[in-house]
Amino acid sequence: MKITLDEVRRIAALAHLDFSNKEYEELASQLSDILDYIEALKELDTSGVNPTSHQTESGEALREDEVRPSLSEAEVLANAPEHGGAHFKVPKVIG
Amino acid sequence: MGVRELRAAFEERSVSAEEICGAHLERMERLNPDINAFICITAEPALERARDLDRRHAAGETLGPLAGVPIAVKDNICTRGTHTTCGSKILANHVPIYDATVVRRILEAGAVIVGKTNLDEFAMGSSTENSAFGPTKNPWDLERVPGGSSGGSAAAVASEMVPAALGSDTGGSIRLPGSFCGVPALKPTYGSVSRYGLVAFASSLDQIGPFGKTVDDVALLLDTITGHDPCDSTSSPQPVQSSVKGLEESITGLRVGVPSEYFSSALDEEVERSVEEAVKLLESLGAVINRLSMPNTRFAIPTYYLVATAETSSNLARYDGVRYGVRAKENRDLRGMYRSTRSSGFGSEVKRRIMLGTYSLSSGYYDDYYLKAMKVRSLIRRDFDEAFRNVDVLVTPTAPTPAFRLGEKMARPLDMYMSDICTATINLAGVPAISVPCGWSRQRLPLGLQIISPHFQEPKLLRVARAYEKARCFRDEQGPLPLEKKG
Repeated sequence: MKITLDEVRRIAALAHLDFSNKEYEELASQLSDILDYIEALKELDTSGVNPTSHQTESGEALREDEVRPSLSEAEVLANAPEHGGAHFKVPKVIG
Repeated sequence: MGVRELRAAFEERSVSAEEICGAHLERMERLNPDINAFICITAEPALERARDLDRRHAAGETLGPLAGVPIAVKDNICTRGTHTTCGSKILANHVPIYDATVVRRILEAGAVIVGKTNLDEFAMGSSTENSAFGPTKNPWDLERVPGGSSGGSAAAVASEMVPAALGSDTGGSIRLPGSFCGVPALKPTYGSVSRYGLVAFASSLDQIGPFGKTVDDVALLLDTITGHDPCDSTSSPQPVQSSVKGLEESITGLRVGVPSEYFSSALDEEVERSVEEAVKLLESLGAVINRLSMPNTRFAIPTYYLVATAETSSNLARYDGVRYGVRAKENRDLRGMYRSTRSSGFGSEVKRRIMLGTYSLSSGYYDDYYLKAMKVRSLIRRDFDEAFRNVDVLVTPTAPTPAFRLGEKMARPLDMYMSDICTATINLAGVPAISVPCGWSRQRLPLGLQIISPHFQEPKLLRVARAYEKARCFRDEQGPLPLEKKG
């Protein structure tokens, strides 16, 4: 499966990543190699097989919704690159 | 000395917790510059905690099963007030505001955390070379890798800088370094040990587990960290069975399966020979050997890399420079800030996996890749269910080769991925498995035997591992580390 440079650029935009031109070319070739290898799965007949997405049965973790103490504002903001008042600060969103 | 010996010496007051801690810190200071097993050594807080334990001991307080024992923790497991970097530039300044549940549990048992161990960035890798803090070296040959991603934890225990350590395993990241470094290393059943506070890589596969110098120390650590945790929705509510109890019992009559698919042509000849010798030894201990087939084994690596990278692309979306981590300087607008933060903060293997995961989840490809992989995963699980109808445990090699050279597999990602060929199936099925040392290669590199059991049967799994360990006497042949011989 050959993955094109345009496709690599489109995926990078979806993932919020940027690369140099040389890196885009390397990625196109490396991802193509990996996808070629993954093609092996196609020879396996999986019709009628249910997918496994989780290891444990869903629902068993449900519990009563009780009010409990949570982290303080200072703790929540402690690792933020930038904050002001009770908020995380980010660059301008609207011009 | 191992965990038990240290605990006993502390109990009978032949040595203080402060002396135990100091001796290990001194060894870390001497050996770590060559091995680079630790990203951070927490000498002062560790000594302070040891002195506190000594005071409580002197006051007659009853202390836990790990009291005074130095333990190292992989640097993707959150430690309150101590940096937790995941081996990444993007979290270089990250100081967690809470302890992971496993950290809380070992502290309650009296452990002294002496440092955070090196890893492949976000636990993605098989060699501990993908770390922003430099590679860890294999203590048995400093030109070789310790395996990954928990290479720091394995190397720290193998070089006796600590008697025990915690790591995490998503596709082999505890067992592979256990094999390469020659120490017992356990990946418990998915859901048996809380993942709360483990920085997520692939949530349906990740599991925390222990490294020790012996299987009985591994069992003791497992008993300490296992159990239900309301903070992890995938944590099992099943009552916990002790692995320490019954550990020394005989394995006569136990049925041991040997799946032929794990002995492929890719397997190194010395590894194959030492695993076959291990099978004979188990037979001589009274086990009944059953050669069997697990036909979907060869699909494990492609399935694993689709499932793991899809979960990666989703889990690592949180690193956007807003709530924690390092934000890139260049940020004209919000989207630009996201892109420059992520592009400069992540290393190349992490970015490659995010890209692969984003691709396989993107519209038009989902059915062919991600959905297909989840179906194949069901078939791989079925292989295990069927095998365990006829046998109690399975044995295989842990790794296809002994430890490889630094840099050897960095240029070709697929070659590196093949290191997990014997271990990734286990994570896909969610069953527990341990790697125990089973011999040495001609070049004096350790080799590993992998033992696998059904879900939640760690007591039986560890009983087999312990019986094998006692009969094999691997540690008697060990000798000093090469770097200590040079004087």
